[in-house]
Amino acid sequence: MDATVSFVLNGKPVTVTSPRDRMLVWVLRDELGLTGTKVGCEAGLCGACTVLVDHEAVLSCSTALGDVAGKAVLTIEGLAIDGKLDPVQEAFQDHHAFQCGYCTSGMIMAAWAFLKKQPRATRAEIIAAMEGNICRCGAHVRILDAVESVGKATGGVR
Amino acid sequence: MRRRSFLQSATAGALTLFFTTPSGAAPIEPTRPGAYPEDFNAFLKISADGRVGCFVGKTELGQGAMTVLAMLVAEELELDPAQVDMLLGDTDLCPWDLPTGGSLTMWHTAPVLRGAAAEARAVLLGLAAKALGAPAADLTLKDGAIWVKAAPTRRTTFGALVQGRKMARHLGKVKPKPLSECTVLGRRVPRKDALAKVTGAAKYAGDLRLPGTLHACILRPPAQGQKLTTADTAAAERVPGVRIVRDGTLLAVLHAQPDTARKALALVKGTFEGTEPDVDDVRIYQYLVDKAAPGQRVMIARGDVAAGEKRAATVVEGEYRNAYEGHATLEPHTSVAQWQEGRMTVWASNQSPFVFRDSVAEALKLDKDKVRIITPFVGGGFGGKLVAPAAVEAARIARQVPGVPIQVAWNREEDFLLDGYRPAAVVKIRSGLDAGRGAITFWDNIAAGVSQGEAEFAYDMQTNRYQAPAVPDLHPLKVGAWRAPNAHTNAFARECQLDALAAKAGLDPVTLRRRLANDPRLLRLLDLALEAFGWEPAPGPTGRGIGLACGAWRQALVVAVAEVAVDKATGKVQVLRFLEAVDVGLVVNPDGARQQVEGAITMCIGQALSEEIHFKGGRILNKNFDTYLLPRFSAIPRIQVVFADSGTSTTQGIGEPPVVPVAAALANAVFDATGARVTHVPFTPERVLEALKRVP
Ligand code: FES
Ligand code: FES
Repeated sequence: MDATVSFVLNGKPVTVTSPRDRMLVWVLRDELGLTGTKVGCEAGLCGACTVLVDHEAVLSCSTALGDVAGKAVLTIEGLAIDGKLDPVQEAFQDHHAFQCGYCTSGMIMAAWAFLKKQPRATRAEIIAAMEGNICRCGAHVRILDAVESVGKATGGVR
Repeated sequence: MRRRSFLQSATAGALTLFFTTPSGAAPIEPTRPGAYPEDFNAFLKISADGRVGCFVGKTELGQGAMTVLAMLVAEELELDPAQVDMLLGDTDLCPWDLPTGGSLTMWHTAPVLRGAAAEARAVLLGLAAKALGAPAADLTLKDGAIWVKAAPTRRTTFGALVQGRKMARHLGKVKPKPLSECTVLGRRVPRKDALAKVTGAAKYAGDLRLPGTLHACILRPPAQGQKLTTADTAAAERVPGVRIVRDGTLLAVLHAQPDTARKALALVKGTFEGTEPDVDDVRIYQYLVDKAAPGQRVMIARGDVAAGEKRAATVVEGEYRNAYEGHATLEPHTSVAQWQEGRMTVWASNQSPFVFRDSVAEALKLDKDKVRIITPFVGGGFGGKLVAPAAVEAARIARQVPGVPIQVAWNREEDFLLDGYRPAAVVKIRSGLDAGRGAITFWDNIAAGVSQGEAEFAYDMQTNRYQAPAVPDLHPLKVGAWRAPNAHTNAFARECQLDALAAKAGLDPVTLRRRLANDPRLLRLLDLALEAFGWEPAPGPTGRGIGLACGAWRQALVVAVAEVAVDKATGKVQVLRFLEAVDVGLVVNPDGARQQVEGAITMCIGQALSEEIHFKGGRILNKNFDTYLLPRFSAIPRIQVVFADSGTSTTQGIGEPPVVPVAAALANAVFDATGARVTHVPFTPERVLEALKRVP
């Protein structure tokens, strides 16, 4: 049963008509055309679909559309402002913290949410925070380096 | 958009260089059918605004092909790699090429591309010489401009010189720059795909949003090898917007929304035929040994094994196993196909555009030139996307709904069910060391499940025998190429066996390898690894938990050193440090090469410790990442990578070599920590506990 659901997406209000129990990832990718959010497992096991809901990292493959009504959703496409990359994106770019790039959106969003809360985290804390995100290509050490460098350089995300 | 439209248009004002190869000049694998064609098509195109486009039939899987190939062109044309636009993996626009696998890109394509770029440089200098009225030798070039060295104001640009020319050239007349003059090769260069990947702008096959796309979900049998017989689609057809397509045993539910298609598929009831093999993930090893036995052939033999055994002072017998392992690319197999005006276009996540083209053409009984494969970014390959099943499915469905783009995106369960795994294997070795502890007197190696590929190594073995089975359909499950096929299985067996020999003879693992090494490169690499790791080997087990292994892939050599901690109560292995010393000849893109090594080590920590396909008959029990365990952040140690300065200008690929010795180094480290020999990959906590029980 279709419902009309409104939320803020990357800073702009949107309204979509879709079943309330439809998973957010499909709404983002198919209704709204934001394909930066990826699908790796559809079961909450890989983190590829991570987006932010009110600055918290959530798995959009396991979050129903109805649950984000009235909330602020941020996807990878909304992280750069006026073409200026977010410090986390910059760090991933500088460290080459990816290979195929399929996990990268989810990694960046998960790291962003974590750094927001804990800008000066230790390596061990970063590892624990990123544990739910899978990278098959094995970019792990660079991802950790990138996340660590953001904390050090800027005191966290903006 | 601008970049792509320039690359795709054949507009006037572009200098297009068609390179033809005099036969024998191209680096062709001689045994391979369908080698590089005589007509090389265009490799390079220079537009009126001076941009250089480069067309290569490889694909960007994350390994950095796009960046390293641009570096080769930039070097010869005195550009920044950012000034070279790459178009990869489009079978209409790119010259024919081998698949992107086996670490062949740098070995095969790089020399050809360098040669092409060197010729382009000569062509441009020739044109400029005419335009500027000065001999080519007096000219210099940089960033798309060419000028007279002595009079820099007498200048022109690539753009001004080109004016709609098309030229066919033979490769091989112009030599690329000598290494000493290279300024781009060997430098850290920003990856060309970085911005697209950190902003989410990079498009993968599943991200295409062609108007009118229908998502196809395919009815799968419960087990590998079974086929659809009957299907009841009535309930699914009641879902608004659903279409059913059937083509023989292929039945797909189509819908404009991928999730709705998936839900509607669940309403389809099918019956299937085909028997399942009577085997499972426990009995597989004996199954392979028994089935292979009558077909065992001696592949390599040197000396008299029986006589060698008589001379041995220390004899060790080992049996080494590995489970089936999935590719588990984070992006599952995905393709979008569209049938229009008698042509099939497939946007495919793939490692081998021309194999995909041929597979689709064959399945649809079309001429090859009626099929076009376009390759967006690919979310990982590792050998799994050398074959085209999802592309063929998408094309078969698309053929039945003309004009409609059809997306087939396997979900994780399908990706595990339909993968062609790294083959399970059993390798048995009996071998002996002489009383002087400096020579292998015999080495008798028999494999089931893999070939003898890379079983031999740069060790002196006067007497040896390698057997491997010539048995068709040996495996009950579908197998395929998995990053450095055969080599990791054989290196695991060999390097663990050597370690056991050394320990039994009271030698440290490095001394034995030094005594056996018959290649000075290996000796240098061992020194390099030990020094970088800061390790003084001693006869094991020392309790320190440090292990070493060597591996090769073609001419490339790798030495791996691992340090682990083993929890004897739980059997859990934690990797603390991992180092690889690598000799791949000239390292063109140092940071890219380093990434490949780091990635290979990380991936193979999963291979060694946790990844296993569980099955019963043809039923694959791993449905998702809760039971198929990839290494997560907490499993990954600090990684050190050192490259040998080999002083050569030839270059080897780097995708496969660093994979080869990882599991063996970890197993040898477990032995050094505990005295327990883990011989079954993956060495899960249960298998480590079993091995600990066997320690005397
Ligand atoms: S796709 Fe959502 S966690 Fe994997
Ligand atoms: S970069 Fe490929 S999965 Fe992480």
